[in-house]
Amino acid sequence: MSAPLSFYVHIPYCLRRCGYCDFNTYTPTELKTGSDLAAVSNGYIDQLIKEIDLAKLEVSDAKPIPTIFFGGGTPTLMEVSDLGRVLEHLKLRFGFAKDIEITIEANPDTVTKEKLAGLLEIGINRISFGMQSAAPHVLAVLDRTHNPENVIKATNWAKEVGFKEISVDLIYGAPGESISDWEATIDAALKLPITHISAYALIVENGTKLAAQVKRGEVIIPEDDQTADKYLLADKKFSDAGFTWYELSNWAKPDSGCRHNIAYWENANWWGIGPGAHSHISGKRFWNVKHPNAYRERIVGGLSPVMESELLSESEKESERIMLQIRMPHGIPLASIAPSKISQLENYKELGHLDSAMWQAGRLGLTLSGRLIADRIVQEIIL
Amino acid sequence: MPAIDLAKAPQPSATNPAQIRNFCIIAHIDHGKSTLADRMLGITEVVEQRNMRAQYLDRMDIERERGITIKSQAVRLPWQSSLDGQEYILNMIDTPGHVDFTYEVSRSLAACEGAILLVDCAQGIEAQTLANLYLAMENNLTIIPVLNKIDLPAAQPEKFAEELAKLIGCKPEDCLRVSGKTGDGVKELLDQICAQIPAPVGDPDAPARALIFDSVYDTYRGVVTYVRVVDGHLSTRDQIQMFSTGVRHEMLEVGVISPEPVVSKGLGVGEVGYVITGVKDVRQSRVGDTITTYHNPTKTALAGYKDPKPMVFSGLYPLDGADYPLLREALDKLQLNDAALVYEPETSAALGFGFRCGFLGLLHMEIVRERLEREAGLSLISTAPNVVYRVTRDDGKEMIVTNPSEFPDGKIAAVFEPIVRATVLAPSEFIGAIMELCQERRGTLLGMDYLSEDRVEIRYTLPLAEIVFDFFDQLKSKTRGYASLDYEPIGEAEGDLVKVDILLQGEGVDAFSAIVHKDKAYAYGVMMTTKLRELIPRQQFEVPIQAAIGSRIIARESIRAIRKDVLAKCYGGDISRKRKLLEKQKEGKKRMKMVGRVEVPQEAFIAALTTDSDPEKAKAKK
Repeated sequence: MSAPLSFYVHIPYCLRRCGYCDFNTYTPTELKTGSDLAAVSNGYIDQLIKEIDLAKLEVSDAKPIPTIFFGGGTPTLMEVSDLGRVLEHLKLRFGFAKDIEITIEANPDTVTKEKLAGLLEIGINRISFGMQSAAPHVLAVLDRTHNPENVIKATNWAKEVGFKEISVDLIYGAPGESISDWEATIDAALKLPITHISAYALIVENGTKLAAQVKRGEVIIPEDDQTADKYLLADKKFSDAGFTWYELSNWAKPDSGCRHNIAYWENANWWGIGPGAHSHISGKRFWNVKHPNAYRERIVGGLSPVMESELLSESEKESERIMLQIRMPHGIPLASIAPSKISQLENYKELGHLDSAMWQAGRLGLTLSGRLIADRIVQEIIL
Repeated sequence: MPAIDLAKAPQPSATNPAQIRNFCIIAHIDHGKSTLADRMLGITEVVEQRNMRAQYLDRMDIERERGITIKSQAVRLPWQSSLDGQEYILNMIDTPGHVDFTYEVSRSLAACEGAILLVDCAQGIEAQTLANLYLAMENNLTIIPVLNKIDLPAAQPEKFAEELAKLIGCKPEDCLRVSGKTGDGVKELLDQICAQIPAPVGDPDAPARALIFDSVYDTYRGVVTYVRVVDGHLSTRDQIQMFSTGVRHEMLEVGVISPEPVVSKGLGVGEVGYVITGVKDVRQSRVGDTITTYHNPTKTALAGYKDPKPMVFSGLYPLDGADYPLLREALDKLQLNDAALVYEPETSAALGFGFRCGFLGLLHMEIVRERLEREAGLSLISTAPNVVYRVTRDDGKEMIVTNPSEFPDGKIAAVFEPIVRATVLAPSEFIGAIMELCQERRGTLLGMDYLSEDRVEIRYTLPLAEIVFDFFDQLKSKTRGYASLDYEPIGEAEGDLVKVDILLQGEGVDAFSAIVHKDKAYAYGVMMTTKLRELIPRQQFEVPIQAAIGSRIIARESIRAIRKDVLAKCYGGDISRKRKLLEKQKEGKKRMKMVGRVEVPQEAFIAALTTDSDPEKAKAKK
């Protein structure tokens, strides 16, 4: 196997947990380690390095790494030098492609200009800030601590120190967010020195504080129709500002799409290191034990951190291909769809959800309104 | 020691009728009948302490779980009275405790000379108990009033002793006080049964006559028939004959229950026991029928035999269409044990293949459904229950309608619906609420009596259809659970009734059609269209939902086209998660029913067909 292998590096720490978040991340109190985050993080990096060695044993013939992504948690809580050790070791074991993309997720509250300069220095060349919203009351509902001003400061610093690819994450459809709140958020984002925007409709995940608030009736999730309108508004404004959609929730300036994420949607090979991280190597998916302590024990004990794996059948691979590739503008070839499904899909085309020109050319691609019901269309194809 | 060594007790087939006492216990659900029965089994030592289990006599899981007795049976208890030192054989005949089974209750009562009226002295008498008490009094049974649960802190024995005394015409101090739980007063009760209840009287030399008061199908033995011998003698050598059909059967086994089956040589006058003939279907050995001997048959049957008549109908459909043959099998099997259950195949455009089933009442319906689901492992949808209508048309032709979708569209001269006489017992503070409810349900007040200072009996005639439609739930909620209800059919009456159809995108959904009073058609239409709007997921196109009488639309809602159905994020670990979700949805898709082009999830049918008036609850099931 000599395909390129991308890496995801999970940093499972946050200073505090946001109300809507169900990611695999832990605050110092949740970890109950008694030591401060710096001490924890240092040991953690040693564990990541060991997993990189394990990956090398498993995929010994991988080509140089095309993309790396530091996600979390809050990767920017880590010392620059610690992140640097991870990169050095990846480079040592696998080598870097010449045009390697290295992304880090950043919390606008916990970065300084110096830190950003440091990140660039160790080779990180793409940075994605969690902006979420420009409306303080929406940030409050989301339980985010940052001040909208910090996003302006942080993105400008990033640009000043030399980052060329800067992205922001936005969330819409939160309780209490009006259409004009969202419009203000979009406008604020478009004023930033950025090349990329991810905009996600809020998902209320089971087990989060937000889900409990919704269940108790303390907050009300806006109707789907309003959230759909927000998507249309975002797409319009982003397009007008020169950002093109290249995935359902992602827009970019030309050639500024996130190559690491595209790797996910194109079913490339990627290895996730760290607790709870998922990997995909040629039709096999596997994922690590979830808790940092369990992860530590496995690694320190010389064991594989993999908790479970699945070997995809041909039909599972096909399902995944359809549900992932439909999310992108080039869509899926009609030839790969069962003929029995075509007539039902034609109804969607008549209703304007599928692109007619593409259909003529033998591909199924979503129109703007079709993007909003992508999952429904996937069900039509697969079920 | 008043319990008798079983080996020395009077033996079946050779017991002097003068020593026999046949009695039943009349009680409301959870007034402690089963606990008292358990206690009697223990005190008379027919069940050893180590073999005792709660609700010993309730044989079905459902009976034990729901605390109700569906079928009755009889237990032979030897007892030496401490009042006169004599030995007695007590036959305790357990009676079902629900309005649906009034006929079976009446047959159990007919097998007894006395009845224990058991009342929870924290709650007082309930309507069903009262109805059964009247039935017992009509049968000239000796009534022993007993207040149960005297150990409870909330017990008010004085208050309810007054109430019982007034009802049966005794003195308050004649009411015995027991606790089935602690056993207090149970020995005294057994002694009083011996002293007060008359011995059975019959002619031992006359042709045999035995009353069937219960008939149960057993997988290994076939039908086990419970009988009370009135005249003559049944013995294993006999060939027996069913009076109603004249069919002859071999008698394979005779015995008594004590409380496990004990084979005997026969059963004599006044005795209660079982016979096994190899019959495989309870309809061949019907409750109320008279058993006689083939070689010396009686000329006169015991009084009171009648065929059970279904009062409430509902369609039962398997959730998975492939289970249809299983459902048929399960119904066939259930019918072996339930002479009142009737069914015939029917097809619904929306629900597929199923059966239209007739039941004695709502509880009977619930029990049948639960048994089908539990014992055959089936998942079922049932349509809203309806009563039987008699429709005469302009051309004079008449038809019986047991399914709303069969209701004729043409010119109708008259529609007749079954009417019941309902009795409600409740604290007097709820009189207003109860009358309002009955009035709303087209009731006519017959009368009202005070049972005690603060408890009343209210009598109404009501269309059965109104009771079938969530009346009991409404009654309970309007009286904070204090009211109890009993009813008996008294005939039929003409009603101003119409059929309301529900249409999805112009297509009628047969399962949702209902026959309702003209004044309520609009409310039904609004309720169903609103409910369905909540329950049916948005489709790729707008779906109108209409309620119609014939071609006239009376209510309308619409489900807007779907605009958003997409997961915002799909990265690394989301991919497996989302694929598995899709696989799950595949299962859900199988359970979608198509109404025209509209996909309706089965849950929507189920929720729409329940009379649950709380839309939030229905929604949560989605």
